[in-house]
Amino acid sequence: MNISEPIIALKNITKIYESDQGKFTALSGVNLEIYKGEIYGIIGMSGAGKSTLVRCINYLERPTEGQVLFDGKSLATLSDGQLRLARQSMSMIFQQFNLLMQRTALQNVCFPMEIAGIKKREAKKRAKELLELVGLGDKLDAYPSQLSGGQKQRIAIARALATNPKVLLCDEATSALDPSTTQAILALLKEINEKLGITIVIITHEMKVVEQICTHVAIIAESKIAEVGTVKEVFTHPKSKVGEKLVYPNGIPDEKLIGKRCCRIVFDGTSAYDPAIASMILECQVPVNIMYADMKRVGDKALGQMVIQLPENEQLANKVIQNLKDRQLVVEEVYDYVG
Amino acid sequence: MWDNDMFVMILQGILETFYMTLFSTFLAYVIGLPLGIALVVTEDTSLMPCKVVNKILNLIVNIIRSIPFLIFLIFIQPLTKKIVGTTIGSTATVVPLVLAAAPFIGRMVESSIKELDKGIIEAALSMGASPMQVIWKVMLPETKPSLWIGAAISATTILGYSAMAGFTSGGGLGDIAIRYGFYRYQTDVMFVTVILLILIVQCIQEVGMKIANKQDKRK
Repeated sequence: MNISEPIIALKNITKIYESDQGKFTALSGVNLEIYKGEIYGIIGMSGAGKSTLVRCINYLERPTEGQVLFDGKSLATLSDGQLRLARQSMSMIFQQFNLLMQRTALQNVCFPMEIAGIKKREAKKRAKELLELVGLGDKLDAYPSQLSGGQKQRIAIARALATNPKVLLCDEATSALDPSTTQAILALLKEINEKLGITIVIITHEMKVVEQICTHVAIIAESKIAEVGTVKEVFTHPKSKVGEKLVYPNGIPDEKLIGKRCCRIVFDGTSAYDPAIASMILECQVPVNIMYADMKRVGDKALGQMVIQLPENEQLANKVIQNLKDRQLVVEEVYDYVG
Repeated sequence: MWDNDMFVMILQGILETFYMTLFSTFLAYVIGLPLGIALVVTEDTSLMPCKVVNKILNLIVNIIRSIPFLIFLIFIQPLTKKIVGTTIGSTATVVPLVLAAAPFIGRMVESSIKELDKGIIEAALSMGASPMQVIWKVMLPETKPSLWIGAAISATTILGYSAMAGFTSGGGLGDIAIRYGFYRYQTDVMFVTVILLILIVQCIQEVGMKIANKQDKRK
Protein backbone atom coordinates (compact mmCIF):
# COMPACT_ATOMS: atom_id res chain seq x y z
CA MET A 1 0.00 0.00 0.00
CA ASN A 2 1.17 3.47 -0.84
CA ILE A 3 2.26 5.15 2.39
CA SER A 4 0.90 8.52 1.38
CA GLU A 5 -2.55 7.15 0.82
CA PRO A 6 -4.94 7.25 3.75
CA ILE A 7 -6.42 3.92 4.86
CA ILE A 8 -9.71 5.65 5.56
CA ALA A 9 -10.81 8.77 3.74
CA LEU A 10 -14.15 10.43 4.25
CA LYS A 11 -15.08 12.80 1.49
CA ASN A 12 -17.82 15.30 2.10
CA ILE A 13 -19.95 12.90 4.17
CA THR A 14 -23.47 14.05 4.89
CA LYS A 15 -26.03 11.97 6.73
CA ILE A 16 -29.62 13.07 6.97
CA TYR A 17 -32.24 11.05 8.82
CA GLU A 18 -35.76 11.47 7.57
CA SER A 19 -38.64 10.76 9.87
CA ASP A 20 -42.24 11.82 10.30
CA GLN A 21 -41.06 14.72 12.41
CA GLY A 22 -38.93 16.01 9.57
CA LYS A 23 -35.29 15.92 8.60
CA PHE A 24 -32.42 15.63 10.98
CA THR A 25 -28.89 16.31 9.83
CA ALA A 26 -26.50 14.11 11.81
CA LEU A 27 -23.42 14.90 9.72
CA SER A 28 -22.80 17.63 7.24
CA GLY A 29 -19.86 17.82 4.87
CA VAL A 30 -17.38 15.83 6.92
CA ASN A 31 -13.91 15.34 5.48
CA LEU A 32 -11.37 13.21 7.26
CA GLU A 33 -8.22 11.33 6.41
CA ILE A 34 -6.83 8.61 8.60
CA TYR A 35 -3.46 7.07 7.83
CA LYS A 36 -2.10 3.62 8.54
CA GLY A 37 -0.78 3.14 12.05
CA GLU A 38 -2.42 6.19 13.53
CA ILE A 39 -4.52 6.20 16.66
CA TYR A 40 -7.12 8.67 15.60
CA GLY A 41 -9.41 10.22 18.15
CA ILE A 42 -12.77 11.65 17.19
CA ILE A 43 -14.07 13.65 20.09
CA GLY A 44 -17.29 15.54 20.61
CA MET A 45 -20.10 16.15 23.05
CA SER A 46 -23.01 13.74 22.99
CA GLY A 47 -25.28 14.36 20.04
CA ALA A 48 -22.46 15.85 17.97
CA GLY A 49 -22.72 13.05 15.42
CA LYS A 50 -19.68 10.99 16.32
CA SER A 51 -21.51 7.68 16.59
CA THR A 52 -23.10 8.23 13.20
CA LEU A 53 -19.68 9.13 11.83
CA VAL A 54 -18.05 5.89 12.96
CA ARG A 55 -20.99 3.89 11.55
CA CYS A 56 -20.52 5.61 8.23
CA ILE A 57 -16.90 4.42 8.15
CA ASN A 58 -17.99 0.76 7.99
CA TYR A 59 -21.26 1.55 6.24
CA LEU A 60 -23.51 0.32 9.04
CA GLU A 61 -25.08 3.66 8.17
CA ARG A 62 -25.05 4.63 4.54
CA PRO A 63 -24.14 8.28 4.14
CA THR A 64 -26.76 10.35 2.33
CA GLU A 65 -24.01 12.07 0.38
CA GLY A 66 -20.27 11.76 0.01
CA GLN A 67 -17.81 8.93 -0.25
CA VAL A 68 -16.05 6.60 2.13
CA LEU A 69 -12.76 5.28 0.81
CA PHE A 70 -11.34 2.27 2.63
CA ASP A 71 -7.89 1.27 1.49
CA GLY A 72 -8.48 3.29 -1.68
CA LYS A 73 -11.80 1.65 -2.58
CA SER A 74 -15.11 3.46 -2.39
CA LEU A 75 -17.50 1.46 -0.23
CA ALA A 76 -20.45 2.74 -2.26
CA THR A 77 -19.27 0.83 -5.32
CA LEU A 78 -19.04 -2.53 -3.51
CA SER A 79 -21.69 -5.24 -3.76
CA ASP A 80 -23.27 -6.52 -0.53
CA GLY A 81 -20.88 -9.46 -0.48
CA GLN A 82 -17.82 -7.31 -1.10
CA LEU A 83 -18.94 -4.90 1.60
CA ARG A 84 -19.20 -7.79 4.07
CA LEU A 85 -15.67 -8.82 3.16
CA ALA A 86 -14.45 -5.25 3.64
CA ARG A 87 -16.08 -5.18 7.07
CA GLN A 88 -14.02 -8.20 8.09
CA SER A 89 -10.93 -6.04 7.84
CA MET A 90 -12.57 -3.22 9.76
CA SER A 91 -13.54 -4.50 13.21
CA MET A 92 -15.52 -2.60 15.76
CA ILE A 93 -15.85 -2.56 19.54
CA PHE A 94 -18.67 -0.94 21.47
CA GLN A 95 -19.54 0.81 24.70
CA GLN A 96 -21.88 -2.01 25.72
CA PHE A 97 -19.45 -4.72 24.51
CA ASN A 98 -22.21 -6.45 22.52
CA LEU A 99 -21.01 -9.96 23.23
CA LEU A 100 -23.14 -13.00 22.51
CA MET A 101 -24.49 -13.83 25.95
CA GLN A 102 -25.19 -17.49 25.19
CA ARG A 103 -21.63 -18.18 24.10
CA THR A 104 -18.45 -18.61 26.12
CA ALA A 105 -15.49 -16.26 25.76
CA LEU A 106 -13.84 -18.70 23.38
CA GLN A 107 -16.99 -19.15 21.29
CA ASN A 108 -17.42 -15.38 21.13
CA VAL A 109 -13.95 -14.93 19.70
CA CYS A 110 -14.61 -17.76 17.23
CA PHE A 111 -17.78 -16.04 16.03
CA PRO A 112 -16.31 -13.63 13.44
CA MET A 113 -14.17 -16.49 12.12
CA GLU A 114 -17.29 -18.65 11.70
CA ILE A 115 -18.76 -15.82 9.67
CA ALA A 116 -15.61 -15.56 7.60
CA GLY A 117 -15.73 -19.31 6.97
CA ILE A 118 -12.51 -20.22 8.77
CA LYS A 119 -12.18 -23.88 9.78
CA LYS A 120 -13.33 -24.67 13.31
CA ARG A 121 -10.06 -26.11 14.57
CA GLU A 122 -8.05 -23.25 13.20
CA ALA A 123 -10.50 -20.72 14.62
CA LYS A 124 -10.34 -22.28 18.06
CA LYS A 125 -6.57 -22.18 18.07
CA ARG A 126 -6.45 -18.54 17.05
CA ALA A 127 -9.18 -17.61 19.54
CA LYS A 128 -7.12 -19.12 22.35
CA GLU A 129 -4.05 -17.13 21.28
CA LEU A 130 -6.05 -13.92 21.11
CA LEU A 131 -7.62 -14.43 24.53
CA GLU A 132 -4.16 -14.96 25.88
CA LEU A 133 -2.99 -11.76 24.20
CA VAL A 134 -5.72 -9.76 25.96
CA GLY A 135 -4.95 -11.44 29.27
CA LEU A 136 -7.91 -13.79 29.53
CA GLY A 137 -6.16 -17.08 28.84
CA ASP A 138 -7.75 -18.55 31.98
CA LYS A 139 -11.33 -17.55 31.13
CA LEU A 140 -11.87 -19.44 27.88
CA ASP A 141 -15.02 -21.21 29.02
CA ALA A 142 -16.55 -18.38 31.05
CA TYR A 143 -19.80 -16.82 29.89
CA PRO A 144 -19.89 -13.03 29.56
CA SER A 145 -22.34 -12.74 32.46
CA GLN A 146 -19.67 -14.20 34.75
CA LEU A 147 -17.13 -11.53 33.82
CA SER A 148 -16.54 -7.89 34.73
CA GLY A 149 -16.93 -4.97 32.34
CA GLY A 150 -13.21 -4.74 31.68
CA GLN A 151 -12.98 -8.46 30.98
CA LYS A 152 -15.96 -8.25 28.63
CA GLN A 153 -14.29 -5.47 26.70
CA ARG A 154 -11.14 -7.57 26.48
CA ILE A 155 -13.14 -10.39 24.92
CA ALA A 156 -14.65 -7.88 22.52
CA ILE A 157 -11.16 -6.71 21.58
CA ALA A 158 -9.96 -10.29 21.08
CA ARG A 159 -13.05 -10.92 18.96
CA ALA A 160 -12.37 -7.78 16.92
CA LEU A 161 -8.82 -8.93 16.19
CA ALA A 162 -9.87 -12.41 15.08
CA THR A 163 -10.13 -11.64 11.38
CA ASN A 164 -6.81 -9.77 11.19
CA PRO A 165 -8.37 -6.38 10.60
CA LYS A 166 -6.50 -3.36 9.27
CA VAL A 167 -8.61 -0.97 11.27
CA LEU A 168 -10.21 -1.15 14.70
CA LEU A 169 -13.13 1.19 15.30
CA CYS A 170 -13.86 1.92 18.95
CA ASP A 171 -17.25 3.44 19.72
CA GLU A 172 -17.01 4.87 23.25
CA ALA A 173 -15.20 1.67 24.15
CA THR A 174 -14.22 2.82 27.62
CA SER A 175 -17.24 4.91 28.56
CA ALA A 176 -18.91 2.13 30.54
CA LEU A 177 -15.75 1.31 32.50
CA ASP A 178 -14.31 2.70 35.71
CA PRO A 179 -11.16 4.87 35.55
CA SER A 180 -8.58 2.19 36.33
CA THR A 181 -10.16 -0.31 33.94
CA THR A 182 -10.25 2.44 31.31
CA GLN A 183 -6.50 2.91 31.76
CA ALA A 184 -5.89 -0.81 31.32
CA ILE A 185 -8.05 -1.06 28.19
CA LEU A 186 -6.39 2.00 26.65
CA ALA A 187 -2.98 0.53 27.38
CA LEU A 188 -4.10 -2.67 25.66
CA LEU A 189 -5.28 -0.74 22.61
CA LYS A 190 -1.96 1.06 22.41
CA GLU A 191 -0.11 -2.23 22.66
CA ILE A 192 -2.22 -3.64 19.82
CA ASN A 193 -1.50 -0.59 17.70
CA GLU A 194 2.24 -0.88 18.27
CA LYS A 195 2.56 -4.66 18.08
CA LEU A 196 0.17 -5.44 15.26
CA GLY A 197 0.27 -2.12 13.43
CA ILE A 198 -3.51 -1.84 13.41
CA THR A 199 -4.92 1.59 12.76
CA ILE A 200 -7.28 2.56 15.56
CA VAL A 201 -10.15 5.03 15.40
CA ILE A 202 -11.45 6.06 18.80
CA ILE A 203 -14.78 7.76 19.29
CA THR A 204 -15.08 9.37 22.68
CA HIS A 205 -16.44 12.29 24.63
CA GLU A 206 -13.56 12.20 27.09
CA MET A 207 -10.47 14.33 26.49
CA LYS A 208 -8.54 12.04 28.85
CA VAL A 209 -8.85 9.17 26.40
CA VAL A 210 -7.51 11.25 23.51
CA GLU A 211 -4.71 12.63 25.66
CA GLN A 212 -3.62 9.24 26.71
CA ILE A 213 -3.25 7.30 23.49
CA CYS A 214 -4.22 9.21 20.36
CA THR A 215 -1.75 10.57 17.86
CA HIS A 216 -4.32 12.59 15.94
CA VAL A 217 -7.62 14.09 16.85
CA ALA A 218 -10.67 15.51 15.13
CA ILE A 219 -13.12 17.57 17.10
CA ILE A 220 -16.69 17.22 15.97
CA ALA A 221 -19.44 19.61 16.96
CA GLU A 222 -22.91 20.22 15.60
CA SER A 223 -22.52 17.65 12.83
CA LYS A 224 -19.34 19.24 11.50
CA ILE A 225 -15.62 18.80 12.01
CA ALA A 226 -14.51 21.83 14.02
CA GLU A 227 -10.82 21.12 14.14
CA VAL A 228 -8.33 18.49 13.02
CA GLY A 229 -4.70 18.02 13.89
CA THR A 230 -2.13 16.11 15.84
CA VAL A 231 -2.99 15.80 19.50
CA LYS A 232 -0.02 18.02 20.27
CA GLU A 233 -1.22 20.83 18.03
CA VAL A 234 -4.77 20.76 19.22
CA PHE A 235 -3.76 20.57 22.85
CA THR A 236 -1.35 23.44 22.75
CA HIS A 237 -3.17 25.71 20.32
CA PRO A 238 -6.85 24.86 20.13
CA LYS A 239 -8.20 26.97 17.29
CA SER A 240 -11.91 26.38 17.58
CA LYS A 241 -14.30 27.36 20.34
CA VAL A 242 -15.20 23.71 20.98
CA GLY A 243 -11.52 22.87 21.03
CA GLU A 244 -10.90 25.46 23.72
CA LYS A 245 -13.81 24.17 25.72
CA LEU A 246 -12.48 20.62 25.59
CA VAL A 247 -8.88 21.53 26.38
CA TYR A 248 -9.83 23.95 29.18
CA PRO A 249 -12.99 22.47 30.65
CA ASN A 250 -12.83 24.95 33.53
CA GLY A 251 -12.56 27.93 31.23
CA ILE A 252 -9.59 29.95 30.16
CA PRO A 253 -7.77 31.52 33.14
CA ASP A 254 -9.34 34.59 34.56
CA GLU A 255 -7.92 37.47 32.61
CA LYS A 256 -8.40 40.08 35.31
CA LEU A 257 -5.81 38.40 37.50
CA ILE A 258 -3.13 39.12 34.96
CA GLY A 259 -2.73 42.83 35.13
CA LYS A 260 0.76 43.48 33.93
CA ARG A 261 3.01 42.33 31.16
CA CYS A 262 2.70 38.57 30.88
CA CYS A 263 3.89 35.83 28.65
CA ARG A 264 2.56 32.45 27.77
CA ILE A 265 4.94 29.53 27.67
CA VAL A 266 3.91 26.50 25.70
CA PHE A 267 5.38 23.17 26.62
CA ASP A 268 5.13 20.92 23.63
CA GLY A 269 6.70 17.86 25.11
CA THR A 270 10.32 18.43 24.16
CA SER A 271 11.38 19.74 27.53
CA ALA A 272 9.20 17.81 29.88
CA TYR A 273 11.95 16.57 32.12
CA ASP A 274 13.89 19.82 32.22
CA PRO A 275 12.95 22.08 35.15
CA ALA A 276 12.74 25.06 32.79
CA ILE A 277 11.10 27.64 35.02
CA ALA A 278 13.26 26.94 38.05
CA SER A 279 16.45 27.06 35.97
CA MET A 280 15.36 30.32 34.35
CA ILE A 281 14.72 31.91 37.73
CA LEU A 282 18.10 30.80 39.00
CA GLU A 283 19.88 32.07 35.93
CA CYS A 284 18.09 35.41 35.66
CA GLN A 285 18.05 35.98 39.40
CA VAL A 286 14.53 37.36 39.21
CA PRO A 287 11.33 36.06 40.75
CA VAL A 288 8.31 35.57 38.45
CA ASN A 289 4.72 35.13 39.34
CA ILE A 290 2.97 32.08 37.89
CA MET A 291 -0.52 33.22 36.94
CA TYR A 292 -1.81 30.07 35.38
CA ALA A 293 -0.52 26.62 34.64
CA ASP A 294 -2.09 23.64 33.05
CA MET A 295 0.03 20.62 32.36
CA LYS A 296 -1.05 17.32 30.95
CA ARG A 297 0.65 14.08 30.25
CA VAL A 298 0.04 12.96 26.70
CA GLY A 299 1.52 9.56 26.11
CA ASP A 300 5.06 9.81 27.44
CA LYS A 301 5.33 13.56 26.94
CA ALA A 302 4.17 16.44 29.05
CA LEU A 303 2.14 19.09 27.29
CA GLY A 304 0.68 22.26 28.58
CA GLN A 305 1.00 25.91 29.04
CA MET A 306 1.79 28.38 31.69
CA VAL A 307 1.27 32.10 31.97
CA ILE A 308 3.85 33.99 34.00
CA GLN A 309 3.92 37.63 35.00
CA LEU A 310 7.11 39.31 33.82
CA PRO A 311 9.18 41.58 36.06
CA GLU A 312 8.41 45.32 35.84
CA ASN A 313 11.92 46.10 34.67
CA GLU A 314 11.86 45.86 30.89
CA GLN A 315 15.45 44.71 30.60
CA LEU A 316 14.89 41.94 33.08
CA ALA A 317 11.66 40.99 31.37
CA ASN A 318 13.40 40.67 28.03
CA LYS A 319 16.11 38.62 29.67
CA VAL A 320 13.49 36.22 31.01
CA ILE A 321 11.86 35.85 27.61
CA GLN A 322 15.20 35.29 25.90
CA ASN A 323 16.21 32.74 28.50
CA LEU A 324 13.01 30.77 27.96
CA LYS A 325 13.32 30.95 24.20
CA ASP A 326 16.84 29.58 24.49
CA ARG A 327 15.30 26.53 26.10
CA GLN A 328 13.43 25.78 22.88
CA LEU A 329 10.13 26.71 24.42
CA VAL A 330 7.43 28.54 22.57
CA VAL A 331 7.09 31.87 24.28
CA GLU A 332 4.64 34.55 23.35
CA GLU A 333 3.85 37.78 25.07
CA VAL A 334 0.21 38.21 25.80
CA TYR A 335 -0.47 41.88 25.26
CA ASP A 336 -4.20 41.31 25.24
CA TYR A 337 -4.12 40.74 28.94
CA VAL A 338 -2.46 44.05 29.74
CA GLY A 339 -4.56 46.59 31.45
CA MET B 1 -69.60 -47.33 35.68
CA TRP B 2 -65.86 -46.90 36.46
CA ASP B 3 -65.09 -50.15 34.69
CA ASN B 4 -62.19 -51.24 32.58
CA ASP B 5 -63.65 -49.70 29.40
CA MET B 6 -63.79 -46.32 31.03
CA PHE B 7 -60.13 -46.50 32.06
CA VAL B 8 -59.11 -47.58 28.58
CA MET B 9 -61.11 -44.72 27.11
CA ILE B 10 -59.53 -42.17 29.41
CA LEU B 11 -56.09 -43.56 28.77
CA GLN B 12 -56.72 -43.30 25.07
CA GLY B 13 -57.95 -39.75 25.60
CA ILE B 14 -54.70 -38.85 27.32
CA LEU B 15 -52.67 -40.31 24.47
CA GLU B 16 -54.79 -38.54 21.87
CA THR B 17 -54.43 -35.25 23.71
CA PHE B 18 -50.66 -35.65 23.84
CA TYR B 19 -50.59 -36.64 20.20
CA MET B 20 -52.68 -33.65 19.09
CA THR B 21 -50.81 -31.19 21.28
CA LEU B 22 -47.29 -32.23 20.49
CA PHE B 23 -47.78 -32.99 16.81
CA SER B 24 -49.71 -29.74 16.25
CA THR B 25 -47.16 -27.71 18.19
CA PHE B 26 -44.39 -29.17 16.08
CA LEU B 27 -46.15 -28.51 12.78
CA ALA B 28 -47.28 -25.07 13.93
CA TYR B 29 -43.65 -24.20 14.67
CA VAL B 30 -42.65 -25.31 11.19
CA ILE B 31 -44.88 -22.49 9.95
CA GLY B 32 -44.73 -20.14 12.94
CA LEU B 33 -40.98 -19.92 13.44
CA PRO B 34 -40.18 -18.67 9.93
CA LEU B 35 -43.28 -16.48 10.14
CA GLY B 36 -42.08 -14.86 13.36
CA ILE B 37 -38.59 -14.32 11.94
CA ALA B 38 -40.12 -12.80 8.80
CA LEU B 39 -42.27 -10.47 10.90
CA VAL B 40 -39.12 -9.11 12.56
CA VAL B 41 -36.65 -8.91 9.70
CA THR B 42 -38.99 -7.31 7.18
CA GLU B 43 -39.56 -4.38 9.50
CA ASP B 44 -38.41 -0.98 8.37
CA THR B 45 -35.16 -0.74 10.29
CA SER B 46 -34.29 -4.42 10.34
CA LEU B 47 -32.19 -6.78 8.25
CA MET B 48 -34.36 -7.11 5.15
CA PRO B 49 -36.79 -4.22 5.24
CA CYS B 50 -39.83 -4.85 3.07
CA LYS B 51 -42.89 -2.83 3.93
CA VAL B 52 -45.32 -4.72 1.68
CA VAL B 53 -44.43 -8.19 2.96
CA ASN B 54 -44.47 -6.98 6.54
CA LYS B 55 -47.92 -5.42 6.15
CA ILE B 56 -49.38 -8.52 4.48
CA LEU B 57 -47.96 -10.91 7.10
CA ASN B 58 -49.24 -8.74 9.94
CA LEU B 59 -52.69 -8.61 8.35
CA ILE B 60 -52.91 -12.39 7.91
CA VAL B 61 -51.74 -12.99 11.47
CA ASN B 62 -54.24 -10.53 12.89
CA ILE B 63 -57.15 -11.91 10.87
CA ILE B 64 -56.59 -15.52 11.93
CA ARG B 65 -55.92 -14.53 15.52
CA SER B 66 -59.15 -12.59 15.75
CA ILE B 67 -61.33 -15.61 14.88
CA PRO B 68 -62.32 -17.60 17.99
CA PHE B 69 -60.92 -21.12 17.70
CA LEU B 70 -64.25 -22.90 17.99
CA ILE B 71 -65.57 -20.97 14.99
CA PHE B 72 -62.31 -21.36 13.07
CA LEU B 73 -62.50 -25.11 13.65
CA ILE B 74 -65.89 -25.36 12.00
CA PHE B 75 -65.15 -22.71 9.39
CA ILE B 76 -62.23 -24.61 7.87
CA GLN B 77 -63.88 -28.06 8.01
CA PRO B 78 -64.02 -28.28 4.17
CA LEU B 79 -60.27 -27.71 4.06
CA THR B 80 -59.69 -30.27 6.81
CA LYS B 81 -61.73 -32.79 4.86
CA LYS B 82 -59.63 -32.16 1.77
CA ILE B 83 -56.38 -32.66 3.65
CA VAL B 84 -57.07 -35.65 5.90
CA GLY B 85 -60.30 -37.03 4.38
CA THR B 86 -62.41 -36.65 7.52
CA THR B 87 -63.48 -33.99 10.02
CA ILE B 88 -63.61 -36.17 13.13
CA GLY B 89 -60.88 -37.75 15.20
CA SER B 90 -57.65 -36.37 16.52
CA THR B 91 -55.78 -36.28 13.20
CA ALA B 92 -58.56 -34.12 11.75
CA THR B 93 -58.17 -31.78 14.72
CA VAL B 94 -54.49 -31.30 13.98
CA VAL B 95 -55.30 -29.30 10.82
CA PRO B 96 -57.23 -26.43 12.45
CA LEU B 97 -54.89 -26.56 15.45
CA VAL B 98 -51.83 -26.01 13.29
CA LEU B 99 -53.44 -23.28 11.21
CA ALA B 100 -54.78 -21.41 14.23
CA ALA B 101 -51.63 -21.81 16.32
CA ALA B 102 -49.09 -20.82 13.65
CA PRO B 103 -49.93 -17.09 13.74
CA PHE B 104 -49.94 -17.21 17.54
CA ILE B 105 -46.51 -18.84 17.52
CA GLY B 106 -45.37 -16.29 14.94
CA ARG B 107 -46.19 -13.55 17.43
CA MET B 108 -44.45 -15.40 20.27
CA VAL B 109 -41.31 -15.83 18.16
CA GLU B 110 -41.50 -12.20 17.05
CA SER B 111 -41.62 -10.91 20.61
CA SER B 112 -38.78 -13.20 21.70
CA ILE B 113 -36.50 -11.97 18.93
CA LYS B 114 -37.44 -8.37 19.56
CA GLU B 115 -36.13 -8.67 23.11
CA LEU B 116 -32.65 -9.09 21.70
CA ASP B 117 -30.34 -6.12 22.15
CA LYS B 118 -29.96 -4.33 18.81
CA GLY B 119 -26.29 -3.76 19.61
CA ILE B 120 -25.57 -7.48 19.29
CA ILE B 121 -27.06 -7.55 15.80
CA GLU B 122 -25.11 -4.45 14.91
CA ALA B 123 -21.92 -6.10 16.17
CA ALA B 124 -22.55 -9.14 13.97
CA LEU B 125 -23.18 -6.93 10.95
CA SER B 126 -19.98 -5.00 11.66
CA MET B 127 -18.12 -8.32 11.41
CA GLY B 128 -19.52 -8.84 7.95
CA ALA B 129 -22.34 -11.25 8.80
CA SER B 130 -25.02 -11.73 6.15
CA PRO B 131 -28.70 -11.39 7.14
CA MET B 132 -29.04 -15.19 7.12
CA GLN B 133 -26.01 -15.56 9.36
CA VAL B 134 -27.47 -12.99 11.74
CA ILE B 135 -30.72 -14.99 11.91
CA TRP B 136 -29.10 -18.39 12.40
CA LYS B 137 -26.08 -17.49 14.48
CA VAL B 138 -27.34 -14.54 16.51
CA MET B 139 -31.11 -14.09 16.64
CA LEU B 140 -32.14 -17.70 17.25
CA PRO B 141 -29.31 -18.94 19.52
CA GLU B 142 -29.28 -15.76 21.60
CA THR B 143 -33.04 -15.88 22.22
CA LYS B 144 -33.21 -19.63 22.84
CA PRO B 145 -34.37 -19.39 26.48
CA SER B 146 -37.16 -17.02 25.54
CA LEU B 147 -38.12 -19.19 22.56
CA TRP B 148 -38.44 -22.22 24.86
CA ILE B 149 -40.68 -20.34 27.26
CA GLY B 150 -42.75 -19.32 24.24
CA ALA B 151 -42.93 -22.95 23.15
CA ALA B 152 -44.27 -23.99 26.55
CA ILE B 153 -46.93 -21.27 26.45
CA SER B 154 -47.83 -22.20 22.87
CA ALA B 155 -48.10 -25.91 23.66
CA THR B 156 -50.42 -25.30 26.60
CA THR B 157 -52.55 -22.96 24.51
CA ILE B 158 -52.76 -25.60 21.78
CA LEU B 159 -53.75 -28.15 24.43
CA GLY B 160 -56.57 -25.83 25.45
CA TYR B 161 -57.67 -25.47 21.83
CA SER B 162 -57.55 -29.24 21.35
CA ALA B 163 -60.04 -29.70 24.20
CA MET B 164 -62.48 -27.44 22.35
CA ALA B 165 -62.32 -29.81 19.40
CA GLY B 166 -64.45 -32.15 21.51
CA PHE B 167 -67.47 -30.30 20.16
CA THR B 168 -66.74 -31.63 16.68
CA SER B 169 -65.76 -35.08 17.98
CA GLY B 170 -62.11 -34.22 17.72
CA GLY B 171 -60.91 -36.85 20.14
CA GLY B 172 -58.80 -36.50 23.27
CA LEU B 173 -59.73 -35.60 26.83
CA GLY B 174 -61.82 -32.64 25.75
CA ASP B 175 -63.98 -34.90 23.66
CA ILE B 176 -64.57 -37.22 26.66
CA ALA B 177 -65.36 -34.29 28.93
CA ILE B 178 -67.96 -32.97 26.53
CA ARG B 179 -69.55 -36.31 25.68
CA TYR B 180 -69.77 -37.63 29.24
CA GLY B 181 -69.60 -34.58 31.43
CA PHE B 182 -71.68 -32.21 29.33
CA TYR B 183 -74.13 -34.30 27.26
CA ARG B 184 -74.63 -37.12 29.83
CA TYR B 185 -74.30 -35.11 33.03
CA GLN B 186 -71.59 -37.43 34.36
CA THR B 187 -69.86 -34.84 36.46
CA ASP B 188 -67.35 -37.32 37.85
CA VAL B 189 -65.95 -38.02 34.37
CA MET B 190 -65.84 -34.31 33.68
CA PHE B 191 -63.98 -33.85 36.97
CA VAL B 192 -61.40 -36.51 36.18
CA THR B 193 -60.68 -35.15 32.70
CA VAL B 194 -60.31 -31.62 34.01
CA ILE B 195 -57.83 -32.81 36.64
CA LEU B 196 -55.91 -34.69 33.95
CA LEU B 197 -55.84 -31.63 31.70
CA ILE B 198 -54.50 -29.54 34.58
CA LEU B 199 -51.77 -32.10 35.23
CA ILE B 200 -50.76 -32.22 31.58
CA VAL B 201 -50.58 -28.42 31.35
CA GLN B 202 -48.45 -28.37 34.51
CA CYS B 203 -46.16 -30.97 33.01
CA ILE B 204 -45.65 -29.17 29.72
CA GLN B 205 -45.13 -25.81 31.42
CA GLU B 206 -42.65 -27.28 33.89
CA VAL B 207 -40.61 -29.07 31.24
CA GLY B 208 -40.54 -25.94 29.06
CA MET B 209 -39.31 -23.74 31.89
CA LYS B 210 -36.69 -26.31 32.91
CA ILE B 211 -35.26 -26.39 29.40
CA ALA B 212 -35.34 -22.59 29.16
CA ASN B 213 -33.48 -22.20 32.45
CA LYS B 214 -30.90 -24.74 31.49
CA GLN B 215 -30.30 -22.99 28.19
CA ASP B 216 -29.92 -19.56 29.71
CA LYS B 217 -26.30 -18.55 30.20
CA ARG B 218 -27.08 -14.99 31.20
CA LYS B 219 -27.28 -15.81 34.90
